[in-house]
Amino acid sequence: MNLRTPLANARGLGSAKQGTEHFWHQRLTAIILVPLTLWLTSSLFMLSASDHNTILTWINSPPNTVLLLVFIISAFYHGQLGVRVVIEDYIHSEWQKISCLILVNILVVLTGLVSVLAVLKIFLGI
Amino acid sequence: MASVKGPLSPHLTVYKWQITMVLSILHRATGVFLSLGLLLLSYWLLSVASGPDSHAALSAHTSAWYGKTVLFLFTFSIYLHLCNGIRHLFWDAGLGFEIKTSNLTGIITILAAISFTLISWVAGGML
Repeated sequence: MNLRTPLANARGLGSAKQGTEHFWHQRLTAIILVPLTLWLTSSLFMLSASDHNTILTWINSPPNTVLLLVFIISAFYHGQLGVRVVIEDYIHSEWQKISCLILVNILVVLTGLVSVLAVLKIFLGI
Repeated sequence: MASVKGPLSPHLTVYKWQITMVLSILHRATGVFLSLGLLLLSYWLLSVASGPDSHAALSAHTSAWYGKTVLFLFTFSIYLHLCNGIRHLFWDAGLGFEIKTSNLTGIITILAAISFTLISWVAGGML
């Protein structure tokens, strides 16, 4: 049986060595997203007047499929990391904060998966 | 924050507006807005994958004036967040903290975002 308080247990053990993970992942995804966003926006502008078939052909080309998937994963993760900080900064009630974070995470995973599956569906021609 | 007894730091309303502060606020605002843009991207991909009819149904909205307005705001937000994000990455590397430099990079960021937005819309034949 441990009679020490949680604080006493934690004291002197140093940091959990995980504090920089959020910061680091945000920067990593940011660096990946700089070229990918420029690529995607310019591609979408070129496709803006295209018909359905042209868009399918564009997504179907393997380099575009791969880059699109990398963009989706990086952008949804980057967005989740950012929105999380905004929620943590502005919502002070603990249960509201946790509820919002859970909701955002569910929404990110669901819409991210929908995007990935849509790209794969087009790529595989199903 | 009813429990805080000591002096609070000055609230936002008493600050003189400065470019660094405006960009800091806009970076967050555009970030949240662009997260909503990801939901639109997801919906667009889904509509393209579902076939010509569902894609045409979405295109009817995105080519209407209100859809174009939203897309224009998304374009500006993308470029502002991207340019200011690069500014942030330089700060992470310890560069550009001097007041003169950060004001200058701030002005460049805003001008670049406006230019990129207009160039994209003109080149894309959307205006």
